[in-house]
Amino acid sequence: MIMHNLSIAELIKGLKNKDFSSVELTQHYLKRINESKLNAFISVTDDLALSQANEADLKIAKGDSTLLTGIPYAHKDIFCTKGVKTSAGSKMLDSFISPYDATLSHKFNLENMVMLGKTNMDEFAMGSSNENSYYGPVKNPWDLKKVPGGSSGGSAAAVASRITPFATGTDTGGSIRQPASLCGITGIKPTYGRISRYGMIAYASSLDQAGPMTQTAEDAAIVLNAMAGFDTKDSTSATKETPDYTKKLTNSLDGLKIGLPKEFFSSGLDDGVEKVVMQAIKEYEAMGAKIQEVSLPNSMHAIPTYYIVAPCECSSNLSRFDGVRYGYRCEDPKDLDDLYLRSRSEGFGKEVKRRIMIGAYALSAGYYDAYYLKAQKVRQLISEDFKKAFQSVDVIMGPVSPSTAFDLGSVKDPVSMYLADIYTLSVNLAGLPGMSIPAGFSKNLPVGLQLIGNHWSEELLLNTAHQFQLKTDWHKSTPIEL
Amino acid sequence: MSLDNKQVKEIAYLARLSIEDTELEQSTSELNNILSLMADLSEIDTGDAEPMAHPLHMSQRLREDEVTEENLAEEFQAIAPKTGKSHFLVPTVIE
Repeated sequence: MIMHNLSIAELIKGLKNKDFSSVELTQHYLKRINESKLNAFISVTDDLALSQANEADLKIAKGDSTLLTGIPYAHKDIFCTKGVKTSAGSKMLDSFISPYDATLSHKFNLENMVMLGKTNMDEFAMGSSNENSYYGPVKNPWDLKKVPGGSSGGSAAAVASRITPFATGTDTGGSIRQPASLCGITGIKPTYGRISRYGMIAYASSLDQAGPMTQTAEDAAIVLNAMAGFDTKDSTSATKETPDYTKKLTNSLDGLKIGLPKEFFSSGLDDGVEKVVMQAIKEYEAMGAKIQEVSLPNSMHAIPTYYIVAPCECSSNLSRFDGVRYGYRCEDPKDLDDLYLRSRSEGFGKEVKRRIMIGAYALSAGYYDAYYLKAQKVRQLISEDFKKAFQSVDVIMGPVSPSTAFDLGSVKDPVSMYLADIYTLSVNLAGLPGMSIPAGFSKNLPVGLQLIGNHWSEELLLNTAHQFQLKTDWHKSTPIEL
Repeated sequence: MSLDNKQVKEIAYLARLSIEDTELEQSTSELNNILSLMADLSEIDTGDAEPMAHPLHMSQRLREDEVTEENLAEEFQAIAPKTGKSHFLVPTVIE
């Protein structure tokens, strides 16, 4: 039995049947992490993991365990973890040891899960290639010369290379779905407000949402059960009740209405990606789904809209990094202004500074109406397009990214990098749940299929993804030499 | 409309960032490229669309006015760059 190829569902059975202990499982994954050359982790928490695994084994022996007790995971380094470095991929927080736990970290601790370490990411989750990390880029396990996608690139690469059973991610404009697609794993960004944002370092607060990154849709459902739910500590957390996300996985897709937005299949989409996506749609047709065209006319404005809204929110959120209370402080500031200026200029990387400046400009007197207010109005139109589409279809499908993983260092100007987010941004702007599942390969690189649902339709998305994974093996493919 | 070097320096200062003179030219050109991407927005007829600030159109939830936070002053001071007895230290502001 190759432990690291087992899904979480299988690991749970293995622990229950005493095929292996949590300590054995944890040692196995830690060994794999320490041998890995992907730079997927910023911190590996060996000692903590082993003590958590020990405790989990004791709990299991006493019969005092929950479903996920003893299951190892990797945590994106954007979630605060008490007593453990939480860097958000930034020099600004290189020395930041969080004094408290994010709600999500707390929930995992309550279940006695085992944290293997903190994964690499684009600085403050700003990026689509993981090249904006202070800790260096992550490599794509399918081709070490390629990017893993971003911003949850470390999480995606770690799951794809089977050095962790699952990882957490966050998605502000595609940061779970795009790396999941480029690394060939399953990832879901739930409806805005479904998972607590407390202790998740903020980038753009009206868009940020956490989610699981796993091998399979069934695993995503199991982990989402542990992540989702109302939190009094997050004022934007939804009070809506959470279902058991595993309950409807086996439902038949006969008669499911799938919409293909014609705007997602126009120029700019790589032929190889389109071929894989259309093949996957055929698979759904064979399962009894009905395919129809829909239109999201305003979705093509998602790039300028997002790249106004998100930087505006980030310029406000990141004003807290002032070199006074925590994080990086410059050497020998001569006065308070110098302290602010140099701490921020030396602590932030290029892309972060760029977005802060765009936001500061768009929000400045005289430009607010033309940029921020206008973008919020277009955001409304984008959201209404989806509302209309969901009157006639149950799920919308299309590509996640216009291309497969590109070469490290190959996209040099910021605008070209932004354009690659075209298919994922509108989902965040509308607050909808979205998913990426492995759908095949183009020139030996993974291609993801994007599933978009109406608000609170995570169960249907996971069901739709699981049925596909019962018929296909793409999610079981692993990079060679692993 | 496009920004010149002087405006870029001003915007940077608004956000308490400084740009080295050697990087100014490139920063200005990158920001202008990004802003030209945004120019499309002005062409869109948004009619009477309401500005959307929250994806679910929710309003801020209120809670009872009770103290829920624990006192973590010591933990918070322990991670600060420079502290005094019960405060964070910065360079002298008032002589």
